[in-house]
Amino acid sequence: MRVTVNGESLELSESTTLLDYLIRRNLNPAVLVVEYNGKILHRDHWSQIQIGDGDTLEILSFVGGG
Amino acid sequence: MDKLIIGGRELKNRLFIGSGKFADESLIGPIVAQTGVEVITVALRRVDLSGGKENILNYIPKDCVLLPNTSGARNAEEAVRIARLAQAAGCGNWVKIEVISDNKYLLPDNNETIKATRILAEEGFVVLPYMHPDLYAAKELERAGAAAVMPLGAPIGTNRGLKTKEIVRILIEECELPVIVDAGIGKPSEAAEAMEMGAAAVLVNTAIATAGNPTMMANAFSQAVQAGRQAFLAQPGETTEYARASSPLTGFLRS
Amino acid sequence: MSFHQIIEGYKDFHIPAYLSKVSAGEVKAALQKDFLKPQDFLTLLSPAAAEHLEAMAQKAHQLTLQHFGRVIQLFTPLYLSNFCVNRCLYCNFNSGNAIGRRKLDAQEIRAEAKAIAATGLKQILLLTGDVPGKAAVDYLIEAVTLVREYFTSIGIEVNPMGVDDYRRLAQAGVDSMTIYQEVYNQAVYDSLHLSGPKKDYHWRLNAPERACQARLRTVNIGALLGLHHWPTEAFFTGLHASYLQNKYLDTEINISLPRIKSGPVGYQPQSPVSDAELVQILLALRLFMPRSGITLSTREPAELRNHLVPLGITRMSAGVNTAVGGHIDGHSDDGQFRISDERSVDEVQQMLISKGYQPVTQDWHHIAG
Repeated sequence: MRVTVNGESLELSESTTLLDYLIRRNLNPAVLVVEYNGKILHRDHWSQIQIGDGDTLEILSFVGGG
Repeated sequence: MDKLIIGGRELKNRLFIGSGKFADESLIGPIVAQTGVEVITVALRRVDLSGGKENILNYIPKDCVLLPNTSGARNAEEAVRIARLAQAAGCGNWVKIEVISDNKYLLPDNNETIKATRILAEEGFVVLPYMHPDLYAAKELERAGAAAVMPLGAPIGTNRGLKTKEIVRILIEECELPVIVDAGIGKPSEAAEAMEMGAAAVLVNTAIATAGNPTMMANAFSQAVQAGRQAFLAQPGETTEYARASSPLTGFLRS
Repeated sequence: MSFHQIIEGYKDFHIPAYLSKVSAGEVKAALQKDFLKPQDFLTLLSPAAAEHLEAMAQKAHQLTLQHFGRVIQLFTPLYLSNFCVNRCLYCNFNSGNAIGRRKLDAQEIRAEAKAIAATGLKQILLLTGDVPGKAAVDYLIEAVTLVREYFTSIGIEVNPMGVDDYRRLAQAGVDSMTIYQEVYNQAVYDSLHLSGPKKDYHWRLNAPERACQARLRTVNIGALLGLHHWPTEAFFTGLHASYLQNKYLDTEINISLPRIKSGPVGYQPQSPVSDAELVQILLALRLFMPRSGITLSTREPAELRNHLVPLGITRMSAGVNTAVGGHIDGHSDDGQFRISDERSVDEVQQMLISKGYQPVTQDWHHIAG
């Protein structure tokens, strides 16, 4: 299935929860914010969301800025 | 005790710093420890999926107030979206609105900034809008529910100093809100100048982050801000501009 | 926030006690500032500041030159009617006073306007006693329409009105309104205004703000000095001006310094203001509000007016007759108050020129269309 992550179109071989996906990408969930199909998704729901075909994810975190 | 209160939080330190452009972000911790800086701006970006980079939050002491900016926003709608995302990231409800659609000079768009401020203030954010110093816009931001106004001293990142001094002075006089000079401050003397005039605080990023010795420069800024604040509170002494009368104007009262 | 809330904010602040404690150092510090806070302004109204009038005068003079140049605007009042429904203890138009009442008709208004215009003045202030109501507004609009061809600036000094009425007047050609609160202290206000609609303190207090909302170009306020403790009254006058100016940046806020010396028979001002005190008020106001116009009336004698010119005044009345129809009949009986400076417009202009000032009778010209 195809999903769009941070503007990039990717092929996922198997369905997974959002939380598992983040961990698998070596991201630290504690410092992230995720927009799932255009909506901000509270971190409490990440383990319940099953990523599906056509989903769009924006995964953001803080960086240095003035 | 002279404290600055923003969004219900008492701040002892009137130097706010930005966390951008540091060659070595691990300097931020020692800088905060040495200067007592309490407010630090951060930005929100897409994560680098290839991984590697340490998160900026790991370098910022936990008791600091995080001030996420909305950099990258070109209009009010985008600024609102970024602010909500920042809030969802669990870093409090402060936000520095920064709406810039001018890629050459990076000047803020006051109209869009006002719109975003109105929306976010209503949602309970502590909104600190970065703005082009303009009295009408500052008053509008006040009405829109801003917690402070942050006029630029010079274009972002230019280190050119307090070029907007005369207008910032007017904002300080006319605004009920704290006026925080943001952007353009290049040297500690310029930060002191802003504070002497009655600015509530200054926000410095580039001048510290890109200094040869960022830690030493942060210390210098911190002391300059304190000195400027004290000078403001102490009320400068008399200069004699008006005291040398050429001819008395009130002599008639004694006749 | 309304201006009344600002007044209320000082309820527990004892102004006379503050004034008595002001030190010379605090006065000097206030004189040193580019922008004065309300407290600095109050400091300059203190007995301690009275010892520094010359320093205040020098700075006030400088600021006035800087913002206005050596220019004095001249205008004169035109009394349309002295019918009045109020009983104000200090005023000759008091409805209980047996004076000759008169209301000019169209022909008389035109004749008065012509007589005034012949002196060279182009700025007129239309006055009536208080007779609120639609008929009075219609009458005023008729008067404005009649005098428009003679004058380039038309002001009104009449009873307080609602925003809509001010807007109608603005459309008819009125560009400025003058209204004095008379006295900001509410208890004293109540005791001096025995009856009539003027008893409504708040309706009057908010009138300047309504005029700003109706987008009149100039709004002129003041307290009738002498009715109550002058430093307090001058303080609230300044705060009122500052409040309006901050809130309505597009309106020119002017301040007048009417001083009452004697009223109708049987009335004596409770807190008379000396010349030196009048000067102190003028200077403190100028330092607090460097860009506000300040008006001086012909209630003051010629010589004092001459001396006050360089201290911060920007507008003066000249060739004044406070009686209804006074310019056509040449009498001044039953006027609203007694004037002291009886010089003609020409004489006042000559005085200003001799002091190096330019008398201005017309500030702008209307372009048709």
